[in-house]
Amino acid sequence: MDARTRGLYVERALWPIGRGDRNFWLAVGGLSALVALGLYAYVYQLQNGLWVTGLNQKVSWGFYIINCVFFIGISYGGAMTGAILRLTNAKWRAPLTRLAEATAVAALLVGAVFPIIDLGRPDRFINVILYAQVGSPIVWDVVAIGTYLVASLVFLYLPLIPDLAIARDLLGSRANVLGKVYGMLSLGWRGTHAQERALARGVGILAVLIIPLAISVHSVLAWLFAVTSRGAWHSTIFAPLFVLAAVLSGVAAVILVIAALRKVYGLQAFITAKHFRYLSYLLIALGMGYLYFMISEYLTEGYVAAEEIAPVLESIFVGQYAPSFWAFAIGGLVLPLFIAGLPGRYPVARACLASILVIAGMWLKRFLIVVPGMAGPIMPWEWGRYSPTWVEIAITVGAAAAIPLMLIVFFRFFPVMSVHELDEIEGVEPAPRLAPAFAGGEE
Amino acid sequence: MPIAFPAAEGHVRAAPGKARQWAMVIDLRKCDGCKECTLACQTEHALPKSFEWIKVFEVKDSQGGKYFMPRPCFQCENAPCLRVCPTGATFRDEEGVVLVDQVDKCIGCRMCMEHPVPQIKGTVGKCMFCVHRTDDGKLPACVEACAMEALYIGDLVEDVATNGNETVRLSTFLKENDAFRYKEDLGTGPRVYYIAGHGQLLDN
Repeated sequence: MDARTRGLYVERALWPIGRGDRNFWLAVGGLSALVALGLYAYVYQLQNGLWVTGLNQKVSWGFYIINCVFFIGISYGGAMTGAILRLTNAKWRAPLTRLAEATAVAALLVGAVFPIIDLGRPDRFINVILYAQVGSPIVWDVVAIGTYLVASLVFLYLPLIPDLAIARDLLGSRANVLGKVYGMLSLGWRGTHAQERALARGVGILAVLIIPLAISVHSVLAWLFAVTSRGAWHSTIFAPLFVLAAVLSGVAAVILVIAALRKVYGLQAFITAKHFRYLSYLLIALGMGYLYFMISEYLTEGYVAAEEIAPVLESIFVGQYAPSFWAFAIGGLVLPLFIAGLPGRYPVARACLASILVIAGMWLKRFLIVVPGMAGPIMPWEWGRYSPTWVEIAITVGAAAAIPLMLIVFFRFFPVMSVHELDEIEGVEPAPRLAPAFAGGEE
Repeated sequence: MPIAFPAAEGHVRAAPGKARQWAMVIDLRKCDGCKECTLACQTEHALPKSFEWIKVFEVKDSQGGKYFMPRPCFQCENAPCLRVCPTGATFRDEEGVVLVDQVDKCIGCRMCMEHPVPQIKGTVGKCMFCVHRTDDGKLPACVEACAMEALYIGDLVEDVATNGNETVRLSTFLKENDAFRYKEDLGTGPRVYYIAGHGQLLDN
């Protein structure tokens, strides 16, 4: 490990900061336009009420609830990837954790907004706190998502502290105003022994905490469905199924984010095919686990085929939802396992292709949980219908665009790889730095 | 399309201790599926056409025949829709009617609608057994409108029910006619009783 190599990854990690080339502005402009479209659609919905959506008395949950589960799921995968890799002390994680944790926060911010978008009276959201009924799954949700949001923000921030100090010290003229912000945010980090120990302990505790927190969020989301008396939802396997679905889609999203930003920021030397192979293994293990859970769910329900479930299962396997289901089961679950798992060339491209399929498949799966479950008859003679309007589609597209937008903007200001962790893995022990004068009063 | 509607806010009942416990009996033998009950309900509560707080289903029976089944809110004694409400907007008044506070509390999350409670309106509204009418000693709009006299509103405390024309002793009436409650096995304690007749299955 020589100074030159370190110089390289420090340079690469800090490279995007403060840079705004044409591609950057094109990306920001394009994504912002999509987000603006989504915002416009939401304002339109606020003015006219939920009437402008495809939601109705029978199918009263649709795209928004699907998106909530979907995006929070993606977030969960980012957090879990970061946490598991830290806890198992996987050495190869160093260049990936920042990307994974930032993805977790971005996706969570988007996912957490959807329950509010879904409200008929968002102006009264505060009632959930003022008049909170602890027996209501909605209240569990607000508590769980809120806690998890705070935890994942801290989980992103803590490992960032030493990097902020590095950025503060190294960026110099490239970050005049930012330098002050880095100075403040880095909390007077000088890399002393005591500071290193405190940080390692903090990150360790959070890595342990974030796992049950994230599990609780997805379990609660599952119970939103499972505690109802609707046959297709009233299932004990729902919570673990949701948790696994979340990690699966989240790992896929992490693969895509890493692949994209690796290219954009020129990180190929640090994030290599090896990383994609390891992440592919993770994806395959999770995918097989999900397949197993799903077979267990459908087999136990379908074998008995109770009166209130049979028509829903029929609509999923051979009826009106069959195209979505088989597209998901084959194209979004089984096929990606082979694409990512078979040995051979192009591991990066194959991991990305598999991830895209998995993500699309997991969205479809959430659709297949929410919509047929609601459209299916409570009284045996009434099927509901649901087709989303442009409002729901625009809001969904805008939300999806908001995630890369947030990531691009975030990495314009913060190091894209964890220099501190790379140092640790590479065995670099940078001399304790003095807090520069502009860092202000600390110590 | 905001619709003002005399909902549950500050809903206060008459003298305590004399509270009634409302129940409904629907005589399927008489129902001819004219949907006058639905129309009267929509007029009474100023609802658009797609909101059917009492909905009339046309059911095919196993013999190939058909019958009609009006379904209001069952005002369950152990109502699942009430349990899941995050703000306590859904509540039971002291006469056993499940009401939604649309004026202040309901946030429109529609968690209750995952259980069979009808409709969106920014907030959720539902069949309220016309508590504003029964308070004034009037019949619920659907009961009053039913030309077949198939709908009875009744009081479990006084053990009496009426369709506006005929008044019956509720418990005897239910027993003699083998009344059943829809999906009683779910344990929600519905307050709506059906009397079957034309080949309807008693166990559905």
